[in-house]
Amino acid sequence: MSVLLEVRGLHVEIPLAAGVLKAVRDVSFTVNRGQTLALVGESGCGKSLSALAVMDLLPPRARRRAEHLHFEGLDLLKVSTRRMADLRGNKIAMIFQEPMTSLNPCYTIGNQLQEAMLRHRKVSRKEAQDRAVFLLEKVGITAAASRLRQYPHQLSGGLRQRVMIAMGLMCGPAIIIADEPTTALDVTIQAQILSLLASIQKEFDMGLLLITHDLGIVARLADRVNVMYCGQVVESGEAREIFGNPLHPYTQGLLGCIPIPGKTKTGEHLGSIPGVVPTPIGDLKGCAFRNRCAFLSNACTAEDVVLREISNDRAYRCFLSPETCEQNLLGRST
Amino acid sequence: MSEPILEIRNLTKTYMVDMGLLKGKRPLRALNGVSLSLEKGQVLGLVGESGCGKSTIAKLILRLEEMTGGGILFDGKDVSAINRTELARRIQPVFQDPYASLNPRKSVISIISLPLRVHKVGDPGSWKGRVEEIMEIVGLVPRLKNSFPNQLSGGQRQRVAVARALIMRPEIVICDEPTSALDVSVQSQILNLLMDLRKDFGLTYLLISHNLAVVEHMASRVAVMYLGRIVEEAETRSIFRNPRHPYTRALLDSVLTPEPGLGLPETHLGIVYPNPIDPPPGCTFHPRCAYAQGRCRFEAPVLTPLYSSKVACHFPL
Repeated sequence: MSVLLEVRGLHVEIPLAAGVLKAVRDVSFTVNRGQTLALVGESGCGKSLSALAVMDLLPPRARRRAEHLHFEGLDLLKVSTRRMADLRGNKIAMIFQEPMTSLNPCYTIGNQLQEAMLRHRKVSRKEAQDRAVFLLEKVGITAAASRLRQYPHQLSGGLRQRVMIAMGLMCGPAIIIADEPTTALDVTIQAQILSLLASIQKEFDMGLLLITHDLGIVARLADRVNVMYCGQVVESGEAREIFGNPLHPYTQGLLGCIPIPGKTKTGEHLGSIPGVVPTPIGDLKGCAFRNRCAFLSNACTAEDVVLREISNDRAYRCFLSPETCEQNLLGRST
Repeated sequence: MSEPILEIRNLTKTYMVDMGLLKGKRPLRALNGVSLSLEKGQVLGLVGESGCGKSTIAKLILRLEEMTGGGILFDGKDVSAINRTELARRIQPVFQDPYASLNPRKSVISIISLPLRVHKVGDPGSWKGRVEEIMEIVGLVPRLKNSFPNQLSGGQRQRVAVARALIMRPEIVICDEPTSALDVSVQSQILNLLMDLRKDFGLTYLLISHNLAVVEHMASRVAVMYLGRIVEEAETRSIFRNPRHPYTRALLDSVLTPEPGLGLPETHLGIVYPNPIDPPPGCTFHPRCAYAQGRCRFEAPVLTPLYSSKVACHFPL
């Protein structure tokens, strides 16, 4: 399994009037070929900014800092702006949440599909057009050739998201970054778009970096998961492990919040996490989750918590021992 | 079975849609003969894809729009005969987006007390006390009362919306996607709050949602809508155990629960939601239905009782 994207010690800071907002703090992850890594967390946890930082697409005032940021052996911290532009939409493709705002309403589908390919590859218009038709058919759009002349507003939300996926595939990328790819869609369409992403990823042997707040999607699609809270990774590991045996109190709490037909009882209280996510401005000593945590101790306020590795592929950011965490989980379900 | 508090009879709503310059207008039938009844203390879940007409029903009940045909009876009386102020006192909405449904230029206390001022309840001196009381009930700390919506988190805003809906002690609350804009940890807080309030105040909810897991958790009965019609209605338990309509089945299959290893569901639904201006003939679901047969293409099924459910399908599962 070859490593495509390797991120270590990524920080994103945004200077604001109230102080410096530490939006992403010491985030590390690896995306391998043919693998899906999910960054999951609630709004404001820094998952989208982490992805934008990798692409060097941060808002103007945000500052990026990292120990190590490699894509296919290339150091992204050192490449020129021009070289980075050669990668975007070419080797690294991105699919955004809202297909209506990320497609240009003034240009036809065909025009927008071909643009990236004409920019990155030495191909004729005819070749780019053939590729566009091929990919539209691949993502399940009927009458593909005639769609090229249509404008985004003539398509439904599900079709637009399919067009976005086709657009990402035009140059045969090594990795796709999908930021909330189905949040704007109906549940029935969501399942289809996710199946499509999964099958295309397998077929073209790509890496997929999936960013979502929806644990259901993560469970069904991801191989590995990074749970994020307040700019930090609080737990990481194989999807099966994270969902089967969550260790961090936040992950446990989050899973307890979700109603599951047939498992949670109708009309009974769902689990909940009291309070709100703090804003990471100023001095951030101690555990970011402590104010909402049921297992607060003195150490949580006094010291920073390090991401503790308990096996090769599993880590969590809490002072409690794995055994205590497991017992806490049992306590929750009874 | 107790008396229904709200009864919807054969409700239709047609919008005239402008087809473009010189092309005239065409009718869009958003609701096509919907009948529903809501019993006191019940939670009725209304589910379906976007554009199926669920929010139109909410608007018609609240009389934010006028119905084209049919009727709505509230406590046995036609809503169009009830004074609008009185109706607003007894039926209140909570909308999806707390960012859009609260006036950004008014403080929390002013937003929550607006119904008291409109209905001129009691003397102005008692209003502050009532606002503080309801804020405590919905879990808002009193110091927030002079804050503005942009200073609140999404969950707090939705609590303000709930407080505003409840301050007049309505009988029915229409929750239109009350948690869709919220994070999961906040969603569960709001759902728990809504369930407690229902018990404490004896409220009746019409819960509109596209999230079936939420509906299953909250509702006692569920009605599934497709293209302006109800295709299946049953007790929550039976609809989740034995969906009779292929569309209900597909919706249930599409729910992604956080259980790894189950993989992604195959819904066989086809990729295109039909255009409501040109609905397909016969059963409107047939182009997306895996079980469709010849009869489905020209004969529209009617909602008929089947075991404990009501289903509109020629070949129920």
